Amino acid sequence: MIVHSENIAGILNQVTAVFTRRQVNIESLNVSASSIPGIHRYTITAIADHETIMKIVDQIEKKVDVLQCQYFTDDEIFMQEVALYKVVTSVLTENPEMSKIIRRYGAKLIEVNSTFSVIEKTGPTNDIIALNKELSKLGGLLQYVSSGRVAITRARIEHVNEYLEKMETRYGNN
Amino acid sequence: MNTDKTISGAEAMLQALLAEGVDTVFAYPGGSIIKVFDALYGHRTDLRQILVRHEQGATHAAQGYARVSGRTGVAIVTSGPGATNTVTGISDAMLDSTPIVVIAGQVSTDALGTDAFQEIDLVGVTQPITKWSYQIRSAEDIAWAVARAFYIAGSGRPGPVVLDFTKTAQMQQIEFKPAKIDYIRSYIPVPDPIEDQINAAVNLIDSSRKPLVLVGHGVELGHAEKELTEFIEKADIPAARTLLGLSALPSDHRLNMGMLGMHGNLAPNVKTNECDVLIAVGMRFDDRVTGTLSTYARQAKIIHLDIDKSEFGKNVKPDVTVLGDCRQTLRLLTERMSKSSHREWIESFKPLDKEEYDKVIDIAVNPKDGPLKMGEVVTEVSRQSPPDSVLVTDVGLNQMSASRYFKYRVPRSIVTSGGLGTMGFCMPAAIGATFGAPERMVLAFFGDGGFQMNIQELGTIMENGAAVKMILLNNNYLGNVRMWQQMMFDNRLSCTHMMNPDYCKIAAAYDIPYALVTDRAQLKDAVRQMISVKGPFILEAAVLEEENIMPMIKPGNSVDKMIFSI
Repeated sequence: MIVHSENIAGILNQVTAVFTRRQVNIESLNVSASSIPGIHRYTITAIADHETIMKIVDQIEKKVDVLQCQYFTDDEIFMQEVALYKVVTSVLTENPEMSKIIRRYGAKLIEVNSTFSVIEKTGPTNDIIALNKELSKLGGLLQYVSSGRVAITRARIEHVNEYLEKMETRYGNN
Repeated sequence: MNTDKTISGAEAMLQALLAEGVDTVFAYPGGSIIKVFDALYGHRTDLRQILVRHEQGATHAAQGYARVSGRTGVAIVTSGPGATNTVTGISDAMLDSTPIVVIAGQVSTDALGTDAFQEIDLVGVTQPITKWSYQIRSAEDIAWAVARAFYIAGSGRPGPVVLDFTKTAQMQQIEFKPAKIDYIRSYIPVPDPIEDQINAAVNLIDSSRKPLVLVGHGVELGHAEKELTEFIEKADIPAARTLLGLSALPSDHRLNMGMLGMHGNLAPNVKTNECDVLIAVGMRFDDRVTGTLSTYARQAKIIHLDIDKSEFGKNVKPDVTVLGDCRQTLRLLTERMSKSSHREWIESFKPLDKEEYDKVIDIAVNPKDGPLKMGEVVTEVSRQSPPDSVLVTDVGLNQMSASRYFKYRVPRSIVTSGGLGTMGFCMPAAIGATFGAPERMVLAFFGDGGFQMNIQELGTIMENGAAVKMILLNNNYLGNVRMWQQMMFDNRLSCTHMMNPDYCKIAAAYDIPYALVTDRAQLKDAVRQMISVKGPFILEAAVLEEENIMPMIKPGNSVDKMIFSI
């Protein structure tokens, strides 16, 4: 789900509260600036049927400071996730399997010191989870964190820009 | 800076309210809002200030004011407990789409988040139960925030707005100029009608043989009473009303088929499951209206007209949605659809009406012997009161009896807590109604439970001479729950029988004229006395203790399975 909102305090609460009331878990949530100055963009991943998600979409869009809320299935978007894995450096240097895995997954080392090393992996969720599993098996995994999905739509029109243009044409530059 | 041109944030708030056309505020002072009350002192002539006796009363009074006048009601309270006491009224306004603005004091910005005396996170508390909730931290924000608050509360589907007004912003000196907001880019209060939806609805209506219209609160909110009447008259469609839609169509209109829902009329409920096209106008298929959803109007094609897109399919899946202001969309439908006649279908409601009359209504409103009944009191009051009187009810059996048997003649004649079902709503809401519609008689029906839930507002009535005609249907029970306990809990009457005070003494203490009716023969005269007395009046009717309101759709049952006794 992609939500665009004004940059006003408290909107995140309002958005997540709709999920809570509808008893749908948020799998991941990312908030960032969008391509339009002053407008925030939320990327939310959740698992629910079409009917439930539509109810959530309408209720989020109803919030006064939400510009637009749309949901997409996996095939309608490009999505990526980034994960960091902190491992014990001695495992990395002593077990050649670990370097192989890092290469196989297209991950990279962004820090290596005498105690620990940090691996970064960008990719689809499944790869990130799989890499976590493989590193765990080898032992020495100290921390794992993933960003949750960020997504870009495949559509040829930019819905928010279109919405804003429509509002501006209709109501002038109030 | 404190020059001649600057005013305090507190004064700016009041000037902003005046610029929005506010003429009355329901208020209760306290430490964090004292600066605003100091400013109010200077506005005693141009802003009516009603001191309530509890902040919950302030919000319900603002609701009552708004519901009868169509204008946004205003409550001013302090922080902490003052603010939390408004939560019930705010929730009520949210569920019943009532425009109110609640201005609450808040501690100074440097104390925010420190658990300061009387500090609570009001924005956090009220975000889920408001259209908008905003903390004013700087006086510079006041013009914008107030203009935005009134625009949001009153536009589109109305609702409550909270302004959490910090002491810091109240004290700052600023040069003030009120703002006007009629556009927010992220908010479309009135969506444009969609051509295809209108045409699809017209096709369904034109092809229907047994259409039924459900009239909701949205018709009144959209000032579409005339458009509704033209619509149903042209297509000759019978119409049933929800609790909040009762006065959107006069009771005596030939196409009015009565009230929907749990304690509504038999015919419209049964016919919901027989019609071929169901046209819902400005209503939200509340569970009290639909009964069990799995058997609700399954045979019918459903057309849903609403201004709020999120209502479509929330409870009942429509075949055709018509988004927009129903005043516009009804007009478009009426223009485009064919004139038709459904005489036979309309006639088919009558045997059910007769069945209900014989089994329930006659007994409820024309009892020959035994104790007084709620229905006969309501009927007598409705008969003697001016045609444009406003009915305000509390919640429970009194509400169902009053809403069923009161005769609605003009729009905005019912003020009741439909969605939240707030006991204690009636007294303050009725006070608000006397200020929102001073020319109309305000008739407030209570049970003995609800009367005592905001009984302190008798003080507000006394002090302001608010002409609330209070009809207390006293059955010494929390009757609705008692009825459910008898019906569904094996008659285990847990905490529902209630010892009552001497209401005559209470009336005397507040210097409010009072009459007690224990006998049928006294009823007419007592009602006449209540109506002829200027100002407030308490009429206590000692009604049958264990009277039940029938017919009823039991929870979990279908709309067409109404029962007549428990």
